[in-house]
Amino acid sequence: MIELVIAKYNYWIYVILMMIGFYAMIVKTNLVKKIIGMNIFQTAIILFYISTAYKMGGATLPIMTDAQAHGHEAVLVDGVINPLPHVLMLTAIVVMVATLGVALAIVIHIYRRYNTLNEDEILKVMK
Amino acid sequence: MILEQFPFLVHSAPALIIVIPLMFALLTPVIGLIRREWTFPWMLLALLLATLFSVTALQDVMRNGVIHYRMGNWEPPWGIEYVVDHLNGLMLVLISATALLVAVYGKKSVEQELPGKEVYFRCIFLLQVTGFLGIVITGDAFNLYVFLEIASLAGYALIAIGEDGAPFASFRYIIMGTIGACFYLLAIGYLYIVTGSLNMADLARLLPPLYGSKVVLTAFAFFMVGIAIKMALFPLHVWLPDAYTKAPSAVSALVAPLMTKVSVYVMIRILFGVFAPSFSISVVPAMKILLVAGIVAIFTGAILALAQKDFKRMLCYIIVAEVGYMVGGVGLANTTALRGAVLHIANDVVMTAGLFAVAGIINYKMREHRLDDFKDMFKRMPFTMAAFATIALSIIGVPPTGGFFSKWYLLQGALQEGSWIFVAALLFSSLVNVVLFFRIFEIGYGFHGDHGHSAGGDGGEAVAIREAPLSMLVPLMIAAATIVLLGFYNQALIGKIIQYAVPVL
Repeated sequence: MIELVIAKYNYWIYVILMMIGFYAMIVKTNLVKKIIGMNIFQTAIILFYISTAYKMGGATLPIMTDAQAHGHEAVLVDGVINPLPHVLMLTAIVVMVATLGVALAIVIHIYRRYNTLNEDEILKVMK
Repeated sequence: MILEQFPFLVHSAPALIIVIPLMFALLTPVIGLIRREWTFPWMLLALLLATLFSVTALQDVMRNGVIHYRMGNWEPPWGIEYVVDHLNGLMLVLISATALLVAVYGKKSVEQELPGKEVYFRCIFLLQVTGFLGIVITGDAFNLYVFLEIASLAGYALIAIGEDGAPFASFRYIIMGTIGACFYLLAIGYLYIVTGSLNMADLARLLPPLYGSKVVLTAFAFFMVGIAIKMALFPLHVWLPDAYTKAPSAVSALVAPLMTKVSVYVMIRILFGVFAPSFSISVVPAMKILLVAGIVAIFTGAILALAQKDFKRMLCYIIVAEVGYMVGGVGLANTTALRGAVLHIANDVVMTAGLFAVAGIINYKMREHRLDDFKDMFKRMPFTMAAFATIALSIIGVPPTGGFFSKWYLLQGALQEGSWIFVAALLFSSLVNVVLFFRIFEIGYGFHGDHGHSAGGDGGEAVAIREAPLSMLVPLMIAAATIVLLGFYNQALIGKIIQYAVPVL
């Protein structure tokens, strides 16, 4: 069991982080705390993607310093990490920031209307 | 068509369908700086062009088969590919045409409900349409996620500017919607780990040997739950009634018909385009689960709709039931039911848009949208109510309207499968719809007798005709006419488009 945890620790970390975020989104009554939970949730997924790009055995960033000079040299696939998850997550981060922006703007709107960020109190006013 | 004179435009149609609304959306605030009124024709031009190119793409597909458009000329597994086949060709036309009608319809109600905010409204409106079109047209799983978020984010913003309580409803939608989208993203990540590909056609080719893998099974589960949140499949529908009830009228009429139906499209695409039909039928009992979920959604949606006193809220629960029809139809897993489900997508977009348009007109006249506001409406707004009655009959499923035929195909599919409980659910919800809409007709004709003199006298005071403005009435009439035409030409629609759109099971 313990080997399983250690061998795949990156996945365990991402699952734990994701559950923390999920918990905050569901249980917390403060709207800003919900948003923080949402951010942890999204960040966990980003970390998951990034960790999948990793390769054992000292693979480095795919920056080809000598690509200009010796363009004919083959790139050793084992020597570089997979760049695609990084690129995908660049897009996902943009989406995440946009979601955060919209959510915060709406929370400001809610605060101006109800003068509180507590979900229960807002529901009481709405009744 | 005029466009055939320009082969370049026909060839680039898949890209232009997305690029035109996106660019027009980004330039809308600039146009608004020069002259605020110009943004309206500007938006109409964008949607008109999008509709034109959608129709061109669909015609091209019907004539020459599936279109593969490579963005930046990158080969498919590496680059992003736009694919138009019969299924999403139909969806593209539905989305862009609905958006065009709602844009015309929404002019008056937006000016009344959101004075001073028209420019930003039109900008986000176009972004919303871009999101929907992008979800449908893309052949790349990750690109679909990006468009899903564009559509959702625009939707959150549009809903939040509605009446009192709308920001809070929108906030709850954000929380739920983000969970749904993140599950979808996670599912793509899992599939990417095992296949190394993001292209849907490539995934479909690489996945079959991996069907036993736990990673693929988990990915499939995440896909289904994530997209079920977006389509408001019972019991994940809780965000929908509040959000769509409190949104501005024009937003309800755009988002309510399209967001749920586009999500159903994504589900069909994943079930049959990314995974093989055999996977969801025999490897995992997904179809059985979908059938049960559909049946439960139909029953609960119908019962909850009965309990509502607010017209828009009632429509929201009808949507929950209608989503049940489509999901259940897919879950029946036979060709007839699947065709019925796709036909029902087309019908339901038109019907829901029409009904929410009626709600918007009531709101425009009465400044609220309770069922009681329909009092004497048949006398005051005969044309609006005639269109309303036509669409209501289609929701109930009375021939020759479109709603009858899609229900008929679903019913036949259920009988083939021997699923009596789905048949019962369909009939039950039709009966409930009869009650729901005849109750409104009753209020509308003033038979309600709230003063107790309805039996004897002639009603006394004559109610003057005060019709809705033409710009609101004409799109509604078009929707009502379309739903009748969809009924008359359902054979042609099935024969020319839908039978190629879904796999034969």
